[in-house]
Formats: sequence, C-alpha cells, structure tokens
Amino acid sequence: MLNYLWVGMIFIGILTAAFTGRMEYVTNGAIDSAKEAVNTIIIMVGVLSMWTGLMKIAEKSGLIDYLSNKLKPFLKFLFPDVPPNHKAMKYIATNVIANVLGLGWAATPAGLMAMKELQKLNPEKDRASRAMCMFMVFNMSSLQLVSVNIIAYRSSFNSANPSEIIGPGLFATLVSTAAGIIVIKIIEMRREKCRY
Amino acid sequence: MQILIVISNLMLPLVFVLILSYGISKGVKVYDAFIEGAKDGMRCAVDIMPTLIGLMMAVGILRASGALDIFSRIISPITDLIHYPSELVPLTLMRLVSSSASTGILLDLFKQYGPDSGIGRLVSVMMSCTETVFYTMSVYFMSVKITKTRYTLPGALIANFAGVLASVFICKIIWGQIR
Repeated sequence: MLNYLWVGMIFIGILTAAFTGRMEYVTNGAIDSAKEAVNTIIIMVGVLSMWTGLMKIAEKSGLIDYLSNKLKPFLKFLFPDVPPNHKAMKYIATNVIANVLGLGWAATPAGLMAMKELQKLNPEKDRASRAMCMFMVFNMSSLQLVSVNIIAYRSSFNSANPSEIIGPGLFATLVSTAAGIIVIKIIEMRREKCRY
Repeated sequence: MQILIVISNLMLPLVFVLILSYGISKGVKVYDAFIEGAKDGMRCAVDIMPTLIGLMMAVGILRASGALDIFSRIISPITDLIHYPSELVPLTLMRLVSSSASTGILLDLFKQYGPDSGIGRLVSVMMSCTETVFYTMSVYFMSVKITKTRYTLPGALIANFAGVLASVFICKIIWGQIR
C-alpha cells in the first residue's frame, strides 16, 4: 500500500513540475524536506521522551492496571456479549487505556490479543461479531487524553504555545468517540431482531 | 469554551502530579523509571526517522511542484460549500490511509502556514481526533482472518467525520476565523 502511495506522490509531483516548469523547486523541495525531517525528529525527541518516561512510572507503579480495572463497568455497557471476566475484556481495557495515554506501541499488541480472544467467542469465524465491530470503531475513534506527538511536532516548528490544542483536541476526540458509540449502538438495536 | 484553554494549560502539570505522587506512594524509584522510559522514547524517535524522511521528501516534491495547490483549487468549490479549507483535503484523505504519510503532510502544512495559524491549529486538533481507519482495520481484521467486517467501516468513518466537524467548530469558536 505505502509503496504505491509513496511512488504515486513522487511521480505526480515530478510530472506536475514538468508541466508547470518548476523542476528546480522540486529538487530543492526534496532536499529541504529530507533535512527538515531530521530537524523535526531531533526536537521532538525531547517531548516524546518526557512522555514515555512519565508513562514508565505509571506502568511500574501499577497505575495503568488500576485504571484498566476502573474501566470495567463502562466496558460492560459497550460489550454486553462478552463475559465480564473473560480474557478479552482485560486486553480491551489495556488497549483503551494505552490509547488514551498515547502509548501506541503498547496499545497495538493488546488490541490484537483482544481480537484473538473475541474471535474465540465468535460463532462465525469469517464474519465480525457485534463485539468486534464495537471494539474496532471505539479503537479507531482515537480517544486520547493528550496528543503527545502533535505537541512535539508543534514545538519543533516553534509554536508559541504547543500545548494549547490539548483542550480543544480532547473535545473533538470525545465528540468522535461518542458519535462512534452512538452509531454502533443504534445499528445494533436495529439488528437486534435478526441476531447474528 | 475558554475552559478548554484552561484544560490545555493544566493537563500536563496535572498528569505529572498524579503519576509522580501515585508512583512515590507505591514505592517506585520514580527517577530511575523515568530514565528507563525516556530511553524508549529515544528509540521510538530513531525508529520513525527513516519513514519520516522518505515521506516528507515525497510531500516536499508534491508541494514544490504545485500539485497540491492545483488540487486544492480544483476541489475548493465543493469545500467552500461546507466552509472547509481546501488546503486540508489532502491531509484529511491521507489521514484515513497512512499515519506516516499524513504526518508528512501535517508537517508540510506547519512549514507552510506555521503551527499557530488558523490552519495550523485546526490540523493539530484534527489529527488528535482522527485515525488511519483503513490501515488499522486491515491489520486488526487480517490478524484473525475476518473478511466480512459488516458495519465497522461506515461506523468508523462516521466517527472520524464527526471528529473533523467538531474540530472545525471548536477552532472557530476559540480562535475565530480559520483563514
């Protein structure tokens, strides 16, 4: 996928430049951007490491497990088909908390394990179960407390106040998550009659 | 809605106090743990460096050639109807497909307009409430060999679309006009 996307972007760019006569800009654009990428990363390392360092404390002190447990009643509402003490619930909780705290690398393994456990409960193995649809939509509505990456990128482009977007970002992500849950719940209700 | 700005300023200090006091109360060597975790962050940044170089370069070529501007101009009659800046259409579409490619476009927009411009703020908010739907779905469903994804895709797209609308709405209320 990314292979075609990448080649596509470069070829379309060079082709357009041939028509618009901006070939020398393209050369400089490529060189400048490559340079810029390294500068960006060097500055963002600081913010990123600050966050991962903080989260390591949260992990070691058991705060993340504690929060996952607190999530149970809410997950029961989202996933009525999954037994509350099933392994799937634990992985879903870990995935949600990791996403909320902006720990993408911890979220994905837990999310894949959750899918594996949900598949065990699924009567039709090639068809997504109700719980899977809800889990995926919830996961992709990207509920997040602080978008650390965005703040890091903003600071590397010399923003006067990189973190000013936390509050508005939280608002927007709550809207998207709520919209996702409501839509799925409505679809589920309408299909209640013809279950599975 | 100014409360959201207050939240912005309070969030990080709050997270610091919460995590540190919980850590201390549980007898964790907080400083050592921080250093250990910070190393993960370094590794993470080094890992994404090659991807970012490749994709920023591709976006840089697109931008310099004028292709992005031409695309924006073609699509602007449609986006103007819903008061959406046409410059953001490439990012909005790419966001659904690839996280690294959309980061490349995001950084290009920061470079072009500045992170504190109306556009810079809007894309910052937008990026925090949207997800690479197509990529994530294929990874998760493929891992358990599910081919019939039922209403997952429409559900996820609606959630993302609601997020984009909410971003435009909240940015206009807090910071005024986007352009």
